[in-house]
Amino acid sequence: MSEAQEFKYIGQRTIRPDGYDKVTGRAQYGADLSLPGMIWGRTLRSPHAHAKIVSIDTSKAEAHPDVFAVVTFKDFGSVEGESINAGEGAADVLDLARNCLADDKVLYHGHAIAAVAARTERAADDALDLIDVKYEVLSPVMDVEDAMKEGAPVLHEDMFTQGYEETPSTPSNIATRLEMKMGDIEAGFAEADVIVEREFRTPTAHQGYIEPHACTARYDEDGQSMVWCCTQGHFDVRTSTAKLLGLDLSKLKVVASEIGGGFGGKTVVYQEPVALALSRKAGRPVKMVMNRDEVFIATGPTSAAKLKAKVGAKKDGTITAMQGWMAYEAGAFKGSPMMPGVMTMFTPYDCGNVQVEGFDVVVNKSKVAAYRAPGAPQAEFAAEMVVNEVAEKIGMDPIELRLKNAAKEGTQTIYGPKLKTVGLIECLEAARDSDHYKSALADGCGRGIAAGFWFNIGGQSSVSINMNTDGTGTILEGSPDIGGSRASMQMMAAEVLQIEPSNLKPIVADTDSLPYSQGTGGSRVTFATGMAVIEAAEDVVKQIKERAAAIWNVTAEQVDYADGVAINTAGEEKMSLAEVCQAAEKTGGQISGTGNINARGAGPSFAVHLCDTKVDQETGKVDVVRYTAIQDAGKAIHPSYVEGQFQGGAVQGIGWALNEEYIFNDDGVMENPGFLDYRIPLASDLPMIETIIVEVPNSFHPYGVRGVGESGIIPPLAAVGWSVGDAIDRKVEELPCSPPRVLSLIQNG
Amino acid sequence: MVSVVYEAPDSIEGAVNLLANADVPAHILAGGTDLIIQTNGSSDAERLFVDVKKIAGMTEANLTDTALVLGPSMSCAAFTECDDIKAVFPGLVEAAYLIGSTQVQGRASVGGNLCNSSPAADTIPALIANGAQCVIAGPGGERTVPVEEFVTGVGRNCMEKGELLKQITIARPAANTSDAYLRFIPRTEMDIAVAGAGVSITLDDNGTCTAARVGIGAVAPTALLVPDAAAALVGSTLDDAALQAAADAASAASSPITDRRGTVEYRRQVVGVLVKRAATIAAERAKGG
Repeated sequence: MSEAQEFKYIGQRTIRPDGYDKVTGRAQYGADLSLPGMIWGRTLRSPHAHAKIVSIDTSKAEAHPDVFAVVTFKDFGSVEGESINAGEGAADVLDLARNCLADDKVLYHGHAIAAVAARTERAADDALDLIDVKYEVLSPVMDVEDAMKEGAPVLHEDMFTQGYEETPSTPSNIATRLEMKMGDIEAGFAEADVIVEREFRTPTAHQGYIEPHACTARYDEDGQSMVWCCTQGHFDVRTSTAKLLGLDLSKLKVVASEIGGGFGGKTVVYQEPVALALSRKAGRPVKMVMNRDEVFIATGPTSAAKLKAKVGAKKDGTITAMQGWMAYEAGAFKGSPMMPGVMTMFTPYDCGNVQVEGFDVVVNKSKVAAYRAPGAPQAEFAAEMVVNEVAEKIGMDPIELRLKNAAKEGTQTIYGPKLKTVGLIECLEAARDSDHYKSALADGCGRGIAAGFWFNIGGQSSVSINMNTDGTGTILEGSPDIGGSRASMQMMAAEVLQIEPSNLKPIVADTDSLPYSQGTGGSRVTFATGMAVIEAAEDVVKQIKERAAAIWNVTAEQVDYADGVAINTAGEEKMSLAEVCQAAEKTGGQISGTGNINARGAGPSFAVHLCDTKVDQETGKVDVVRYTAIQDAGKAIHPSYVEGQFQGGAVQGIGWALNEEYIFNDDGVMENPGFLDYRIPLASDLPMIETIIVEVPNSFHPYGVRGVGESGIIPPLAAVGWSVGDAIDRKVEELPCSPPRVLSLIQNG
Repeated sequence: MVSVVYEAPDSIEGAVNLLANADVPAHILAGGTDLIIQTNGSSDAERLFVDVKKIAGMTEANLTDTALVLGPSMSCAAFTECDDIKAVFPGLVEAAYLIGSTQVQGRASVGGNLCNSSPAADTIPALIANGAQCVIAGPGGERTVPVEEFVTGVGRNCMEKGELLKQITIARPAANTSDAYLRFIPRTEMDIAVAGAGVSITLDDNGTCTAARVGIGAVAPTALLVPDAAAALVGSTLDDAALQAAADAASAASSPITDRRGTVEYRRQVVGVLVKRAATIAAERAKGG
């Protein structure tokens, strides 16, 4: 791609193709499909955070007159521990099965044990009470400190820490230890004039999507089956569900409904295999819809973490050494996002001496799921807080300090490759030059700044574009639209075909209609699926040229295509795309383009946020009074959606920093499983989040796109945390900055 | 299955009769914003809901030269639009305005908030500050109870079987009197009080406080009248020392618990801060009025 591309449609703010359905209520979400003869599934969940299951007696529930089927772990058949791609990253099949329905142990309060399908939801709930489970209750382990202690109750007797030269011979709660390093960390600190070292904590936080998990499953007499569900990756739902139930992939169709938020939390299965197992046993379609409290206690929070960061710098602001340590809660089964935490922690800095150590630790909480830039917000929170303190200590502007050390093209990363073209410097300059940063800080307020780095991914995307005889077309993508991908696919295809975007209908096709596509995650869809759309559209253009050439009796090379019109360069003729499509019957049949790719070269997106807060010195309550999110989009295909992603990420990060946290009692039972006491920010809590779109094109994408979905949640933790500390003249080390914690910090230091 | 018998009598006598003679658990239905949630999923075989909104006066408010007579079931949405009441009892109206969302306020009522008897109810400290009286009708006739004695425990009140709240009355305050209610929540709306404080202040022409009432909420099993806090204000010009003394008295009177909404130490401190701030606002209003 060239630096200065001229676009006809890219960059416009078109009307979103899913808008009318959503604002009128016509859109069909996870809970909206009902089928003839359908019955209802409900889940029995553990009242204990940690217990052995001595016995499960389902006979009384099965005898209930309205009950059609009861399932337990045994109904999954023979599941073995093997790794499959189940959403964002690999998952162990046996762990997945044991999370859907507990085997011999329950590992968190709310852990599913059995499920009932009955004529009504009420009957199913009544039948759950008839299931007799005998437990041997064990002590719960609720945080990394307790879990890592010598002699702590062990969740999995077969877990031996990976990542040491010699694997320990006794089991523990530490699944993995990982160390990454480069340069000479000791020499780096020896060079430093100033060293800052601090320890931090972040809480268990939930993605907080508004739509609870829901699905309808149907297992037919002939062995064909169907699952309808709200998911970020219906192909991955197919993989996981087929594996747990022992089905061929061709026998299971998964349809992705509209989705009411996912943020990473809808990349894994919970109810889908259970509902299909119930349907197989009952001979009827089964619907399962979680309650809000089930969503909180049994689906994907992100890791609470304990972290340490140590940074050394010279008086002139040159950072000489960066060292990190982190322990992430994985929840009940191994697999926290500790590794991306280790990888991203110091990546915004061009420093040669870096060392980071991380631990993946199981605890008696729901298994964590991906959450927007999984693992990065916690690690970069610790890093950015310490970098701000370094700036403070040497008396340098925090943006200047970052500009002096900013990662750029050629910067060596701790995880291997050197960075390609990135836009951190441009983001920092935009922050420095912003109206917000130039504005004076009001009395009693604090200001925080933080940067954020996320890799973004590419991966497999499959797309078909089917042209109609009137020159309009349908775009089939395999990536559920959680953040506007239908609009951007429409625009990218329109750009290639040079026709109005509204002439192209983008849909999310089911698993029978397209080859495998990875789920929507890793900010990959506008980048990777976008490339597949461009390839499919170019395929259409190629065929348009061939068909026109056939009509004109010239070669395809003699046909040009511009502004939606095929032109015979060897003659005078012209045919519009619609005319060529209309004539398709006579030139060899209908026209459709495909783009089935495995995209490489996802460009990282850096973000820089500015936050002003005002703190009530007597109550500790924090008000965000001004907030600006600056981020590199590469190229903003649909700027409104890009701004929405910046704002959404910022708001989720602000919530995480200010009030969101799981509260557990001494028995490991969550005490705030609802939006009343799990406090995500309300619209009235926040100012308008200002945005600045920086565009440093990604050379691997034809239009320069970088994914923008995730980086925006990273900087808020430190931007808010530093801002609050600045307002009260203290150093924040623990999130969230809830009023009691801030008041205690004000009064007790 | 839950089976609800719904009755909507048009007189106090009819309601009392239904409630007194019910042989299944009987509930008074006003807006239902608490009741429906509390009884949803209940496995009781049968229940009686007595909807009191058809009874004359139940959903009206009348401000006379001598008193405010409030129908307990008047929706908060209607109540908060009564400009005459707002002019006299701005604090009580702002407490009603804090209950739930705009949609919920279309159903929720001050009397319902009182009868639900939650320690964190927003209107109760404001009613206490204004010396509200509860007129209770029952099989034996009517009785009147000061609002601070109405609630007897968490979710409990002094009403016996067959009784219902007929009216809330508040005497029209003396000249140069006003009130304020403040609650603390970690966010801006849609939340439940971590602590709350209602204060009514009467000033003389020199700006000296001649009478005060202080009610606090969410810091004890019931909302409390705090005479010591009021005593700290009376006789003062609401200077910093008097305000701090009132705050300290409120903190001392509180006996909060630690739960998911706050800790003992935090609630105790914050309720004092709220008393101080509410007293200041009430005094400003009293001067202005």
